[in-house]
Amino acid sequence: MDFLLSGIMAITWQQLIMYLIGGLLIYLAIKKGFEPALLLPMGFGAILVNLPFSGVLDQTLQGGIQAHGIIQWLFETTIEASEALPILLFIGIGAMIDFGPLLSNPKMMIFGAAAQFGVFFSLVIATLLGFGLLDAASIASVAAADGPTALLVSQIFNSNYIGAIAVAAYSYMALVPIVQPFAIKLVTTKKERLIRMPYNPRNITKTTRILFPILVTIIAGLVAPMSVSLVGFLMFGNLLRECGVLSSLSQTAQNEFANIITLLLGITISFSMRADQFVNLQTILIMGLGLLGFVMDTIGGVLCAKIMNLFLPQGKKINPMIGAAGISAFPMSARVIQKMALQEDDQNHLLMHAIGANVSGQIGSVLAGGILLNLIPALIG
Amino acid sequence: MENTLIALEVMGLGMLAIFAVILVIIGIVSVLTRLSRTPSSKEDGRDAPPGA
Repeated sequence: MDFLLSGIMAITWQQLIMYLIGGLLIYLAIKKGFEPALLLPMGFGAILVNLPFSGVLDQTLQGGIQAHGIIQWLFETTIEASEALPILLFIGIGAMIDFGPLLSNPKMMIFGAAAQFGVFFSLVIATLLGFGLLDAASIASVAAADGPTALLVSQIFNSNYIGAIAVAAYSYMALVPIVQPFAIKLVTTKKERLIRMPYNPRNITKTTRILFPILVTIIAGLVAPMSVSLVGFLMFGNLLRECGVLSSLSQTAQNEFANIITLLLGITISFSMRADQFVNLQTILIMGLGLLGFVMDTIGGVLCAKIMNLFLPQGKKINPMIGAAGISAFPMSARVIQKMALQEDDQNHLLMHAIGANVSGQIGSVLAGGILLNLIPALIG
Repeated sequence: MENTLIALEVMGLGMLAIFAVILVIIGIVSVLTRLSRTPSSKEDGRDAPPGA
């Protein structure tokens, strides 16, 4: 009868905490609608990998028999060995993005750069808290507000905290509607939030739409070669969308392909949520640093808009809230800005400007990830 | 402390690099949109999404 009780007897208090965390992620996904496509598989996976002697992990059975676990195999082959899943997801994301609003008003792209400030700010704070540079850079990538980028950076840097980083990256993205209004109100006045911006869309030719992903890839690749896998696959997806001759592939990339990758990514990442690696003080610090990074991203974008306003004439000024939409969380951030603008003035429609800044955040975040991957090893020497 | 100094260096160089890349892209996009406004290339254009 002992074998029937061996599992129950082997449960540790850390594993019990992981069941609660798994349950919380499933609750947030179902009841609150927070990134359900990722948080639900991650939550269920957290329970799967923390069952004692779980068959989803490699086990050595009595008699020295080796049994392979499916989640461990998925993690080792599709994330650890090749980073394939997060990179492939970018094809789907690229195919979903319409860069039209950005091409129509290219100066909005500056906010995609400014709103990466939180990445570098949290890098500095993480080192002050005692994390090594590689772990600090991995933690900082949470502030890119881009789950696949955070996973890729932390995997390439072989971070010990990939589980906590994944949970922080995806849960904070879902919390954008709470975090951003707080941070925006912290650094703007009501008068600034009332600034109106007319929207005059330009005609964007098909040639421009096709050349854009190709040129962005080349420029980003020349400056930050490690970003090529991120930017390149993002822009490859976008090229599928814009070329006009591969609509079937584009639709597949946006729907079935992205869904399959997302489904596998969530459950696979749960491998890094094993109790012995996840339940520690560092996880709480990482969650705090992720939150700080999101706040500083928002403040960076808003302050950039305020600085630009110093040089712009009356009537051409930018509503500083638009700067906050330069983070990668698309389209949540743009919607938050639109909602805030309408709360201040029910005739102030900023959505298209915010979408322009928000899609540039997609480019900015992969650039930030690529730059971390380039600079940190170069400076460590 | 040594790590923090390197992190500060990454912060400076990183923000500089991102702004540099984005400014180059803005320049190229501006040139492309200007060129594409010539009459000969208008026929392959499509409208940007309608404004709010």
